[in-house]
Amino acid sequence: MSGGKQRISNLEKPLGKGKPEVNIASFALLFSEIVQYCQNRVYTVPELQNKLSEFGYHIGSHILDLLYLREKGYKREIKLLNMLLFVKSNLWKTLFGKEADKLEHANDDERTYYIIEKEPLVNRFISVPKDKGSLNCAAFTAGILEAILIGANFPAKVTVHWHKGTTFMIKFDESVIVRDKMVEGK
Amino acid sequence: MSRQSNRAGDPRKVNGELFTLTYGALVAQLVKDYESDEEVNKQLEKMGYNMGIRLIEDFLARSNVGRCHDFRETADVISKAGFKMYLGIIPVVSNWSPAGDEFSLLIENNPLTEFVELPANHSSLNYSSILCGVLKGCLEMVQMDVDVKVVQDQLKGDSITELRLKFIKRLEDALPAGED
Repeated sequence: MSGGKQRISNLEKPLGKGKPEVNIASFALLFSEIVQYCQNRVYTVPELQNKLSEFGYHIGSHILDLLYLREKGYKREIKLLNMLLFVKSNLWKTLFGKEADKLEHANDDERTYYIIEKEPLVNRFISVPKDKGSLNCAAFTAGILEAILIGANFPAKVTVHWHKGTTFMIKFDESVIVRDKMVEGK
Repeated sequence: MSRQSNRAGDPRKVNGELFTLTYGALVAQLVKDYESDEEVNKQLEKMGYNMGIRLIEDFLARSNVGRCHDFRETADVISKAGFKMYLGIIPVVSNWSPAGDEFSLLIENNPLTEFVELPANHSSLNYSSILCGVLKGCLEMVQMDVDVKVVQDQLKGDSITELRLKFIKRLEDALPAGED
């Protein structure tokens, strides 16, 4: 802040409209470096997925306010279903240029929801080695998702699975369900 | 939702903010993992280099540029074709050395540093070091040994981000590693 130079902080600049785009190759190569970096520091597939999800978490926690400001006119979601729809459409569109393929509710557990994506962006460039069959780099996206939900005060655990493409399993905290029933007046 | 809307948007592009934030997450992680800013700079350059040696293939395949005949032409291609294609910006080429072996790329809107505020205790972190690595990697694959440095950085209060490229030598018949 000193040194006599005139300093315009990035924080003081107006927020852009949010339509900058970069070449998919730039992102793919960067993401691949991240995957390799993580892989060099872990021993197992679950550890690798955790690492990737931490990266995603960092992104999610930074993009949440941005989304609320731009897309929602400063309003936050308070209902669970609306929040999930917000994730499925707004978040997905902003990040990946399209809505998520499917949103489903588990039949047997009211705390569990699924977002299903046939071909996640981050998996498009990754060929999974045979000895690491369960590896799904979409753990990165799961991290983004989890940060968004927790940041919006819907504490949840998001995990990633190979099922009908890639499935993000969202398991909400019991308190979220209780509160939602109250909000909905049931 | 119809299939059509699922394919909306240019499939060759991704959201720039996702890219910016992903890079931010990487730098944040490196800062946690390494002791000093210099080591983070080095690591970023190394990752950039790895990206560069792959990026050049994509670039040569998609653009119609042939071999550059001198360093000035190279500078033009880097800024007007390379940066434009991969980051959507066109840096200004300037500050040529009299011998024509050194120039600067002036970047005004660096997509990497959007949203970024450098904490005071990381004054020697070169946030955009990855670009140096990418450029070095790319140029090495077309037989040019080039030194790339960040000399001005908007995050450190400069009015512009400046990358300085210095031509060192032409690499002769370098065989790919492991093929000798």
